[in-house]
Amino acid sequence: MSTAVAHAHTDDHHHHEESFISKYIFSMDHKMISKQFLITGIIMGLIGMGMSIAFRLQLAYPDTSFPILEWLFGSKWAPDGKLDAGYYMALVTMHGTIMVFYVLTAGLSGTFANLLLPLQIGARDMASPFMNMLSYWFFFLSSVVLLSSLFVETGPASGGWTIYPPLSALPKAMPGSGMGMTLWLVAIILFIASSLLGGINYISTVLNMRTKGMSMTRLPLTVWALFLTAVLGLLSFPVLLGGGLLLMFDRGFGTSFYLSDIYLGSAGALEHTGGSPVLFQHLFWFLGHPEVYIIIMPALGITSEIIAVNSRKPIFGYTAMVISLLGIAFLSFIVWGHHMFITGMNPLLGAVFLVTTLIIAVPSAVKTFNYLATLWRGNIRFTNAMMFAIGLVSFFISGGLTGIFLGNATLDIQLHDTYFVVGHFHIVMGCAAIFGMLAGIYHWFPKMFGRLMNKPLGYIHFWLTFASAYLVFFPMHFIGLAGVPRRYYAFTLLPEYGQWADVNVLMTLAAILGGIAQLVFIYNFFSSIFIGKKSTENPWEANTLEWTTPVERIHGNWPGAIPTVYRWAYDYSNPAYDEDFKMQNVPDESHVVELFETNTGTAPSTKDKPETETVSFFTLIRNWFKPRTV
Amino acid sequence: MNMAQEVEYTGRVHPKKFSLWLLLLGILMLFSGLTSAYIVRKGDGNWYDFELPTLFLYSTIIVLVSSITMLYAYRSAKKDELGGVKIGLILTILLGLGFGYTQYLGWVELSDNGLHFVNPKYGDRVSASFLIAIAAIHLAHIIGGIIYLSVILGKTFNLQVHKKNTLQISMCNTYWHFVGLLWVYLYLFLYFAPDF
Repeated sequence: MSTAVAHAHTDDHHHHEESFISKYIFSMDHKMISKQFLITGIIMGLIGMGMSIAFRLQLAYPDTSFPILEWLFGSKWAPDGKLDAGYYMALVTMHGTIMVFYVLTAGLSGTFANLLLPLQIGARDMASPFMNMLSYWFFFLSSVVLLSSLFVETGPASGGWTIYPPLSALPKAMPGSGMGMTLWLVAIILFIASSLLGGINYISTVLNMRTKGMSMTRLPLTVWALFLTAVLGLLSFPVLLGGGLLLMFDRGFGTSFYLSDIYLGSAGALEHTGGSPVLFQHLFWFLGHPEVYIIIMPALGITSEIIAVNSRKPIFGYTAMVISLLGIAFLSFIVWGHHMFITGMNPLLGAVFLVTTLIIAVPSAVKTFNYLATLWRGNIRFTNAMMFAIGLVSFFISGGLTGIFLGNATLDIQLHDTYFVVGHFHIVMGCAAIFGMLAGIYHWFPKMFGRLMNKPLGYIHFWLTFASAYLVFFPMHFIGLAGVPRRYYAFTLLPEYGQWADVNVLMTLAAILGGIAQLVFIYNFFSSIFIGKKSTENPWEANTLEWTTPVERIHGNWPGAIPTVYRWAYDYSNPAYDEDFKMQNVPDESHVVELFETNTGTAPSTKDKPETETVSFFTLIRNWFKPRTV
Repeated sequence: MNMAQEVEYTGRVHPKKFSLWLLLLGILMLFSGLTSAYIVRKGDGNWYDFELPTLFLYSTIIVLVSSITMLYAYRSAKKDELGGVKIGLILTILLGLGFGYTQYLGWVELSDNGLHFVNPKYGDRVSASFLIAIAAIHLAHIIGGIIYLSVILGKTFNLQVHKKNTLQISMCNTYWHFVGLLWVYLYLFLYFAPDF
């Protein structure tokens, strides 16, 4: 165990002085890496949101000229201030890619897994700080490559974020299938590398680096959620990598894994034959559906923590919460076919996917009811974080209910290519996850920067965002039910959809309002870093270990010994104690007596003997779940 | 308190070694995806079945022998016999290169039989594209292993691998056995695939 020795975190901090580059750029400190993920995620989020406002302008005012669009995208892509139809598709593709992968996967999971895993389990850093740094830089490089595709001559990828072949497999199929698509694939391969490096580190950290007393059954729910998210990523991203490699072979070498019997206007009949585009859909959605939970599970974990802290109550049904997370994680691997009901599949297989999809409603409902039961009769503190957490619950319910519609194959065939689906996934996965992320930012901002965010500005941000999100996405369900198709550049040639023109204007105005609300957040975020009110060590009176670290955020997290854990994370308003919270590192008096007796009593039994280094895999698994009481 | 004595991890396995296991799990998922794709595409019909090149059997034997030489290197490191470590690693690297060469010859044999990586106009011969793609992606992992072995060999010459510092060579040992066994799985899968 020689390598197990700590990296000399002594009380007097005689560290070597860090340079600007090693402290702020190529940092190996998990707290700094979490800030890097967050700020990159915020920038990507602003770009993605800006794109959505641009194409919403097109949908609401298809005949109006907006000089700002020409200024932004140039006369090639927005001649006379009107978006080019192909570029509209490119913006939608890039918006989806950026929001799904770069904001809600890396921005959310990368930020909070990095910040919270070591702090909440009681570790000085990640299992491999170097891999952690690499994970961020792969992500950064991936972001740069993706954004660079905006500047190539033929424009960025425009076949949708799902990059279905043949549009993605034939570089000459359309402008967006050319260099932009190649850059998209390179960016995603870099992203997968980042995600795997990060995920492996997160899993290894949670299973191997927990402090004394921190059994798996005492983990805060944020840690459970982030841990299972990493497991999902580890098991699903490699499958997308395999699918992506075959796609690259089709593009680069001329193989026919996904291509068959294609006639291109510019090139005539192609020689590709024998491929199956449906195969790609299977490989893509084997990642794609777990990806939905990779996005939402960290937000659910964050919400669990914030709702318990601000209700001043133990989380209702801790075990049920963990089991429902495990259930969601497991089920997420056997439901991918519900994205392909209209692709066509054996009806029996469709029925299987239908049933497994609807079963997900059970663990999801368990979580929702547990949130509500935790709130019920709590001493609720309406902090900014709490508002966003409650907002998540609202979105999770309203978006989840429409998921039950879409899980039914017969209904889905009618609704799949309409705005109903757009409304559904934006509410349940987009808004809910963004609200979870914002809740987390408001809650852990003091841990990141040592200051508090401005509360009144936080309220303005919340209400504007909450209202605008519902105003944008709720009407989409109704126009979808009326049959308005998605992915259309304009409806001017389809008079039957004319009656929905005003609704499109309403949604666009709400989207602009939502964009303005985020500017309030951006101001609040960056100004609070410098002029926010200074935080105390535990401003929210929470129980988890991160609030035992000093406000100054030192390398190694704790100046002295790593705290020992004596209890679960949710001892709020316990009538047995005078205070309304009891931190995880505070021992029970009975516990102290027990310890004292052990120290002066009989010799330790053979059971307490440290095990040798070489143990079987099953012993290892058993040890993880063995209560590690002190 | 002397913090330098503080144990920084609580698991029984070194976190780096554990991380390697997770990476191997990810690689396993990659090949699970690829072999599943093979099965799904074969199930669609219009599929040409053919026998594997004989040279792939030699690849399998070579990779199994290389596991023995790797094990010899690892055991020598645990006994502090640096000569044995060097011989074991060099033999493993050579066998790894031999594996790559037999793979290449196997692809040439396929090509001689009209089964290429790119088979325009012959839709059923996408089976050959699948075989070569799967084998090539596996070979990329073997090449990664050869680079890893070379790094460990360099460290052995610098006296950084010995009885008290076996973590690196132990991880390399695990990786090499994994990619070897992975090939055995792929070989058996591809060998029996026509009978599915």
